Amino acid sequence: MSGRRLPDADERVIARRAEIAAALAGLVAPDAVIAHERQMRPYETDGLTAYRQLPLVVVLPSTTAEVAAVLKYCHHNEIRVVPRGAGTSLSGGALPLGDAVLIGMGKFTRILEIDLENRCAVVEPGVTNLAITKAVEAQGFYYAPDPSSQIACTIGGNVAENAGGVHCLKYGLTTHNVLGAELVLPTGEIVELGGKHLDAGGLDLLSVVIGSEGLLGIVTRVTVRLLKKPDTARALLVGFATSEDAGECVARIIGQGIIPAGIEMMDRDAIAAAEAFVQVGYPLDVEALLIIELDGPEAECTHLMEQVVAIARACRAANLRVSQSEEERLGFWAGRKAAFPAVGRLSPDYLCMDGTIPRKRLPEVLARMRELSARYGLRLANVFHAGDGNLHPLILFDANAPGELDAAEALGSDILRLCVEVGGVLTGEHGVGIEKRDLMPVMFSDGDLLQQQRLKCAFDGKGLLNPGKVFPTLHRCAEAGRMQVSGGALSFPDLPRF
Amino acid sequence: MTAPLTPRDEADLAEAVGGAFARSETLEVVGQGSRRALGRATRSDALLDVSALSGITLYEPEELVLSARAGTPLSDIAAQLDAHGQMLAFEPADLGPLLGGPAGSGSLGGTVAVNLCGPRRLSAGAARDHMLGLRAVSGRGELFKAGGRVVKNVTGYDLPRLFTGAFGTLGVLTELTLKVMPKPPAEETLLVCGLGPGEPADAASRALTSAMGSSCEVSGAAFLPAAIAARLPDLEGVGDAVAFRMEGVAPSIAARRERLAGLMAAYGTLETLPEAPSRALWAALRDVQPFHDGKAAPRVVWRISTAPAGGPALAELLATTLDGEAFCDWAGGLIWLALPPGASRAVEVRRATARHGGHATLIRADAAERARVPVFQPLEGALAALTRRVKASFDPKGVLNRGRMHEGM
Repeated sequence: MSGRRLPDADERVIARRAEIAAALAGLVAPDAVIAHERQMRPYETDGLTAYRQLPLVVVLPSTTAEVAAVLKYCHHNEIRVVPRGAGTSLSGGALPLGDAVLIGMGKFTRILEIDLENRCAVVEPGVTNLAITKAVEAQGFYYAPDPSSQIACTIGGNVAENAGGVHCLKYGLTTHNVLGAELVLPTGEIVELGGKHLDAGGLDLLSVVIGSEGLLGIVTRVTVRLLKKPDTARALLVGFATSEDAGECVARIIGQGIIPAGIEMMDRDAIAAAEAFVQVGYPLDVEALLIIELDGPEAECTHLMEQVVAIARACRAANLRVSQSEEERLGFWAGRKAAFPAVGRLSPDYLCMDGTIPRKRLPEVLARMRELSARYGLRLANVFHAGDGNLHPLILFDANAPGELDAAEALGSDILRLCVEVGGVLTGEHGVGIEKRDLMPVMFSDGDLLQQQRLKCAFDGKGLLNPGKVFPTLHRCAEAGRMQVSGGALSFPDLPRF
Repeated sequence: MTAPLTPRDEADLAEAVGGAFARSETLEVVGQGSRRALGRATRSDALLDVSALSGITLYEPEELVLSARAGTPLSDIAAQLDAHGQMLAFEPADLGPLLGGPAGSGSLGGTVAVNLCGPRRLSAGAARDHMLGLRAVSGRGELFKAGGRVVKNVTGYDLPRLFTGAFGTLGVLTELTLKVMPKPPAEETLLVCGLGPGEPADAASRALTSAMGSSCEVSGAAFLPAAIAARLPDLEGVGDAVAFRMEGVAPSIAARRERLAGLMAAYGTLETLPEAPSRALWAALRDVQPFHDGKAAPRVVWRISTAPAGGPALAELLATTLDGEAFCDWAGGLIWLALPPGASRAVEVRRATARHGGHATLIRADAAERARVPVFQPLEGALAALTRRVKASFDPKGVLNRGRMHEGM
């Protein structure tokens, strides 16, 4: 376990493990409570595998009423709770705490309703992202957000993290594609937010629940928007001798009013790794490779592709291929989609970063990342959602080499500081979790964070839900209510940090 | 009421709100005042006029991002964007004339505070979906920021969306950052006239559902009963109609029009509106022009958001049983309902809406009526308590626009 500290576990709660497990067993099916160490092992980490921690006890409810009963019990007894979906979080959002009940939502796997007349589906949170599309694709519909873990990640986790994917510039993130949710508050109360209609009737509380990283409540049902699949999709694979040229190409496409379905960029190391892994014919003599995808009616794709090709040539494209078949288009994507495992073959371990920057700062950011990489002596490979500015630098390291994990984390922190410095943000789609928690002050002042923590208190007055994530400082809610910011300074500056 | 507070900048504004907080006074926040007649009728100790906080602070067309101070006139922003072939894709409604005021007024802050969006809400989302970041002053007089300037950002809670449509009850917006989009190079409208077979509302629902379930990518879809259509530009004599807008590059529109015409032939006779009349039609629907009654005896107007497939039937039911008239936007998901002047019939409107799912907001009624009945969908139980706590977390003393959305909140 490396740098990021978790809140101190309350030994008095840990001492009550057997009693708590027994009480929980009375609230759910008896075999839905796990308190043996060996059986809890699968829950000790999530997609951020550098961190491991056994929970106090695991409970696997299967109905909203059971979730409510478990939360009510924990609220009454002041026991911390960590919610968990499929456990694919890359930021440690589902990392357990030693004194917290882990609520696994894996039994909520039903698709409750498919309503094509209203172009939506009502699903339980444990349904995987891809399963939603699979359920409606025969009728020509799909669910738009497509995080690369979509085969495994679940819609509940997507809501918690506001998951994105490669088509966000045109089709948005989870928050643009969720219409409603049933939410159980930490008290066990159940609220209904949104539905099959558009816009909130009062405050838009759904908008803060989406992306709240399991800190505000547990979602037990989700209404998602379904879209009609576009007639055609066509992709352009184009290499450039410099990342500046590639960046200029992206800016000019968007500047001309063309919004592609996706624009992905890979740097030389990522291209080489992907090509070695899947052999899809990526050019190896370029510094930057773009995959530009257009979708819509055939006539539109043809028309716009001509313009995009002209722009790419004007930006000194080194080579250029337009997909002539669906098979070829999928081939272009195969390398990009395999980039993470491909990089995994180059190195025993890697960390995947997730900053977002204003697109035009890309060449400068890439150059400074190369300097940082040299300074830390760790290799980097870059994949980049170029359309929306979301960077995924992969930091290659060996966890068994003394000090390398710490160095990799320090390099990652420097990269995210750089993203904020150029006008970007710490995380585009992976969440803050524990991974970027201590960097929050780079982007937000204490006063900015205080507003967010007070909102947290409105949902979770006892601070029991997923503590130690997102916020670098734990305030008691009474304390957050008393504090006051004036002239940019906090009146109680001496709060402990992790 | 004391003299209006007129802060010159953010620091001034924070001080003004901080003073009201210390004295436990209430403030009504106004920009250009064009939307003061929206929401519950309330009384405050003073006006807080933010119109001096004006000006575009960042506009990078190739990055699709714009920041401006909250008091910036929306017309200034539209003009700047237009010069670069861009727009606010959510089509902010200009409700000035509907509310008895002039057209073309309103600030960016007011636009975001009410989140009332036009026909393209259907395909492009609402103001909430274009909000990237904000600066604001809490009800305690604290200046803070949230969000950022990039489209993909999950760093911290999404306060920019929460504050959109909050009617200024959570904080005073001082500066906003939004995603902007390229203007479509062309548009046209396909009209399906003389709807049938069967009841018009039923045929409308089937026609709208069929179009939305196709890949014709319409960016406007409305059901216009004959009496409404007759009052819209270029639509006299079409009878009961549905209208579909298609936007994009010309070859794409042509392909989609052909396909949509094939789908719609069963529901009525088809007509095409070219660019200029198409623009005029959707602007009229955006601004609820059929219910511009002038100042004499304006009717009561409701805005109902519901599941789209049942929208036309609900619109017809409400119009028939309450002696009013109604039309649908958003493929049936948005109903505009006008009722005779006087009582708002809130109980009946909400009871009928509840059966279809969704919510009803009272948009136009005299101040007495807007103080008497809940203007926004009434909240119950845990949701009411949670909403109250969220309001209190930003504005514990209820300094800002108290009671504008819900009584006592």
